[in-house]
Amino acid sequence: MSDVYISRATRVAARSLDGEMMIMSALDSTLFTLNPVATLIWQSADGKTTLDQIVEQKICPEFDVPADEALRDAQAFVHDLAAHGILYVSDQPIGPATQEGTQ
Amino acid sequence: MVELAVAPVTETEIDQQVIIDIGGMPALVRSDSPAFLRMLENRYSGFINPLAQADLELDIDLVSPGQITAEEDVSVRFARGQWIIERGDLRAEWDPASRHGRIVQSANPYSIDTALRIIHSLTLAEEGGLLIHAASAVRNGRAFLFSGISGAGKTTISRLAPSDAILLTDEISYVRQRGTHYVAHGTPFAGELAEPGENISAPLAGLYFLEKGPRNSIKQLKASETARSLLENVLFFAKDPELVALVFESACELVRKVPVYQLTFYPDRRVWELIA
Repeated sequence: MSDVYISRATRVAARSLDGEMMIMSALDSTLFTLNPVATLIWQSADGKTTLDQIVEQKICPEFDVPADEALRDAQAFVHDLAAHGILYVSDQPIGPATQEGTQ
Repeated sequence: MVELAVAPVTETEIDQQVIIDIGGMPALVRSDSPAFLRMLENRYSGFINPLAQADLELDIDLVSPGQITAEEDVSVRFARGQWIIERGDLRAEWDPASRHGRIVQSANPYSIDTALRIIHSLTLAEEGGLLIHAASAVRNGRAFLFSGISGAGKTTISRLAPSDAILLTDEISYVRQRGTHYVAHGTPFAGELAEPGENISAPLAGLYFLEKGPRNSIKQLKASETARSLLENVLFFAKDPELVALVFESACELVRKVPVYQLTFYPDRRVWELIA
């Protein structure tokens, strides 16, 4: 899962309340409350930056965690959100035109 | 001056329609069965308003009792510009653009009651309002909502209300957005009390999540702590992605603007000293 690109799904509802990001899946109405690390991954999911880069360039410096541990947690998080249609995941960069059907 | 010719409502039309005014959103219900309409007038007696300007229109096609659709549980889906509401005992189509619908059901009060709740919830969602599993009451000109899981005490707190409190509902609260604040309306949708609420409204001053405990206590909650609880108690039938997003936004907005509390209470009247 090294070259993994992630992008926020277009049909989700997201809202920051008291600094906590809340996301609801439009597919199954599952509600997620993201911790600060997950929020940073979510905010960085632009379809152009790999998950490795997000972890290395944003998560590790910000939260002072070992890269391998952070990447493992990030992969689990991404997998979970993708299963609920909240994140798109691809081994190629994700543009607006390629979002639908990517998971 | 231009004189406007207004066609008078004929006695025949009056006999074929009734206006049920819930949440300030009057619904004109038409049927060719006077007996069915009289039944509705009795069931929704505090909410009948023949003079109201109808905001919603419903035509009822009465059929013989029996299974109308194969759906056991209620199903709500959007297809070709209309909401389709189905349950074994009813089939309804609701056009949100024209605010007109048609319900096929037998002459019973339960089918239209379900259809009305769903149509109101769909219409409210578009304007930032919500139908919430909650009791509500007005006291000193302000409305208070009491929500929680089944058995948390919605009916109990309604029974304990002081004499100067006016019950809006012990089951389904009706909340509309009015500019930057919220207003709670009475509803005829009753729970264990089996009594409809008063058809009045007041600005929403607080939302209380109930929990029974050994003593009365109250704690204000952060919006982020309460959005999930509120969403779990919103009447929300459709799985349509756009509607999911609207309801989510409305719930988040409400807990951001209205004070929310955890109210732990021992069932006695003193709990109301903590409210308002």
